[in-house]
Amino acid sequence: MHNLKKIESISAVNDFVIKFANVNGSGSASANQMFAKAMFRMGIPVSPKNIFPSNIQGLPTWFEVRVNENGYLGSRGGVDIAVAMNPQSYSKDVEEISPGGFLLYDSTWKRNFNRDDITIIEIPFTQLCVDSFKNPKQRALFKNIAYVGALSALLEIEYKVLETLISEQFEKKPSLIEPNLKALNLGRDYVIENLSFPIGITVSRSDKLENKILITGNEAAGLGAVYGGATFCSWYPITPSTSLAEGFEKYAKKYRIEKETGKNLFASVQAEDELAAIGMAIGANWNGARAFTATSGPGISLMSEFLGLAYFAEIPLVLFNVQRGGPSTGMPTRTQQSDILACAYASHGDTKHILLFPSDPKECFDFAAKAFDLADQLQTPVFVVSDLDMGMNDWVCDKFEWDDKYTFNKGKVLSKDDLDEMENYGRYLDVDNDGICYRTYPGTHPEKGAFFTRGTSHDEFARYTEDGDINAATLTRLMKKFRTASEIVPEPVIEINGENSCGVIFYGSTSPAIQEAKDLLKEKGINIDLMQIRSFPFNLDVWEFIANHDRIYVVEQNRDSQMRTLIMAEGGISPEILRPLVHFTGDPIQASFIVNKISEREVNYKSHINAKKR
Amino acid sequence: MTFIKPLNHHPKLEKNNLGLTRRDYEGAVSSLCAGCGHDSISASIIESCFKLNIESYKVAKLSGIGCSSKAPAYFLDQSHGFNSVHGRMPSVATGASCANRDLLYLGVSGDGDSASIGIGQFIHAIRRQVNMVYIIENNGTYGLTKGQFSATNDLDSKNKYGDDNLFKPIDLATMAIQLGATYVARSFSGDREQLIPLIMGAMQHKGFALLDIISPCVTFNNHASSTKSYDYIREHNEAVGKTDFVPIGEEIKTSYEEGTSVEINLHDGSKLSLEKTDKNFDPCDAGKSLNYIREKEKEGKVLTGLLYVDSKSKDLIETLNMTETPLSQLHQDLICPGSDVLNLINKDLS
Repeated sequence: MHNLKKIESISAVNDFVIKFANVNGSGSASANQMFAKAMFRMGIPVSPKNIFPSNIQGLPTWFEVRVNENGYLGSRGGVDIAVAMNPQSYSKDVEEISPGGFLLYDSTWKRNFNRDDITIIEIPFTQLCVDSFKNPKQRALFKNIAYVGALSALLEIEYKVLETLISEQFEKKPSLIEPNLKALNLGRDYVIENLSFPIGITVSRSDKLENKILITGNEAAGLGAVYGGATFCSWYPITPSTSLAEGFEKYAKKYRIEKETGKNLFASVQAEDELAAIGMAIGANWNGARAFTATSGPGISLMSEFLGLAYFAEIPLVLFNVQRGGPSTGMPTRTQQSDILACAYASHGDTKHILLFPSDPKECFDFAAKAFDLADQLQTPVFVVSDLDMGMNDWVCDKFEWDDKYTFNKGKVLSKDDLDEMENYGRYLDVDNDGICYRTYPGTHPEKGAFFTRGTSHDEFARYTEDGDINAATLTRLMKKFRTASEIVPEPVIEINGENSCGVIFYGSTSPAIQEAKDLLKEKGINIDLMQIRSFPFNLDVWEFIANHDRIYVVEQNRDSQMRTLIMAEGGISPEILRPLVHFTGDPIQASFIVNKISEREVNYKSHINAKKR
Repeated sequence: MTFIKPLNHHPKLEKNNLGLTRRDYEGAVSSLCAGCGHDSISASIIESCFKLNIESYKVAKLSGIGCSSKAPAYFLDQSHGFNSVHGRMPSVATGASCANRDLLYLGVSGDGDSASIGIGQFIHAIRRQVNMVYIIENNGTYGLTKGQFSATNDLDSKNKYGDDNLFKPIDLATMAIQLGATYVARSFSGDREQLIPLIMGAMQHKGFALLDIISPCVTFNNHASSTKSYDYIREHNEAVGKTDFVPIGEEIKTSYEEGTSVEINLHDGSKLSLEKTDKNFDPCDAGKSLNYIREKEKEGKVLTGLLYVDSKSKDLIETLNMTETPLSQLHQDLICPGSDVLNLINKDLS
């Protein structure tokens, strides 16, 4: 450990960013996750982000962990500690380290890094593992656990916590506990015996995570689908949505097995493409099962024709869109919010769809379950729109809750008895004047209730018609239904922070960065009012918030400010009121970016107002 | 354009075991061209359902887009129907059949729908063994868009305007055998005697049953230079034999010469008996059957009848190990794990 005395090292407790640089496919992921989970177990807010290439093996991959006592868990930028395990990316990894930061690298092969403003910590991980393990595979793999061991001494991570995590991880393969502990100690003991420790950055047990859990949005949504009563899932593999379908299967295999027979109380089909995936989900929903599909941007494009059918024929459907970087194949492993318009108006002709925007895994769970009720109630596709950042990274969120008294709302479905009492059933008769008509499932009644579901223009009795007035009436009724929807979809979360404040509209995974930006702006004397949009169609609260502000920044992760366009189009809002604040590099937006943009423009705004007053 | 048929029936119409007449299995008046093969197929479907004593409301009719896909409106009025999007009926049927295993799924498609735009879904529905009857009303042409060639049209067969077809046809029946369909038959819309037992057998079969039915398009593909015309098929049709459907509890009465007949036990206990015209043909051996179809093709014949059957294989529902109760009817108590389980999950995640 040289240079230590010459430089002014960063000093912090429970507040830093550490970045692990690894080779894709080298087994680093579980070690990195163990590090993050150790922070969580010590009660310290933590947000790990996997920055990975679209590749199976060989390319550089990073795992960035922000640890923050105050609970600011958006991406921060800057690296305080780099654990550089990939010589391919050394130059970039070392360059990124903030002055006063720390570099930990595998000094089996020594390097000069030309940074005299950081502390370089040398540990010969490869050599240590070669000396301690015989199996070549283990020699490579255990380097990862060894650096976690080294960090435990350098940062004062509670050893007991790591020990527990290892025994939990290998609960089912207990023979692996011992070698993993050996690897952990290898790194830890090397630090204790050879280096000065702890370094300036340390962790200390905290109490900030009571009633919190650590989970990815995709797994949460998959679990939410189980709780929401989904019995059928059809999907086609696409990053970053695959783990959502897998999450559903994981929990279904655990909690959806018929006790007496061992048979499945669900079905999950990996389809041949996205068209088939949505087609199957539509077929199952038409037939009375709660069914969903999960996809990402390119899948939305492929599913668009079927989405129009489900909209027009009024078939419930739940669709999860875990957004990634577009357009086209784009950046499959990076995050964006760039499918807002593609989802809102998916398909040809006049179509509009229900969208839900969860902002953390808790809402992924809640909205997934709720989506099935909404789809059944409204007899139309409901999109749950999340993104890669929230979907694939572990996020700290509130514990999941479930009310056992709650019953599924299957919407307007007629039973055999209902039909027996009816004279004249029409599938598309708007009996209740809310735009929502009565469904029947196939196989309900021997003589009544059958109808022909079709994507062609149809009358109130589902008969084919080319009468323009009848078709126009159908389209108008669908708009009425859409207005009904605005009354039952999740309302926005609004936070008013002062008089004459500017408004900020946001949604989805930008939430942690926004919360941090709010506090940082307050320190600068700028109060912002917040509105987290949670659904489309927009309900009255959304329009009220907009009406109460003369300037509103719309923060989103796409180039074209798509949510702003949607708001302007749907509400006739003046473009001058809604100001785009966009970020679309594929990396999660940072609080500092939002702070800079808003403070810059607010200063301009205030000088403009003052000039007017003069 | 939907005409209402008169509701009053002749009092002496024949009734089946359910007390229903053939009229009870009808649908809306067809809007297809007079003489369209598809209408004959609809009539054969009606006859098959009547004879099998099928309750219409336990049938789901599904289709894609095209003339053929309109047909489900013209039979089984008391069945739910689903006219989906072009070429995508197989996926809708797959999802529907997983949601409710108790219904009979009857898919009606055409050669444009299944051999072109929807060939991927067609293939994968077979691969998965979706438990359904899949009827292709094969006329070699795109009727609704006025007579373009389809992918099943034979090489050098001309269209109505005298143009040559430049590409070889896709044979959906042989393809289905290769992909593992467990009931494959080819027939001709004009041969009700052959077609009806084949439809009945398909309806009682468990697994994917394909009926490739040549169904001439009177408007665009019934000319002298077409190989999908009434005249051409009548002339070149060669049946593998005579198929009879034998309902549950009935015995096959006729005795045939050794090696000339095959008896096939269907899932529900009914049987198909095939009196073969050629001893060498074996509908239970996929490889032999494929060779036989090719031989006949070389002779310029269109081989019809039951081409392949395997009545013992698993369908999708079995493969997915699904519960006996239709998924659509599972009560919330069975499918929502509740708060106690959720608390355990929370514990695991903290």
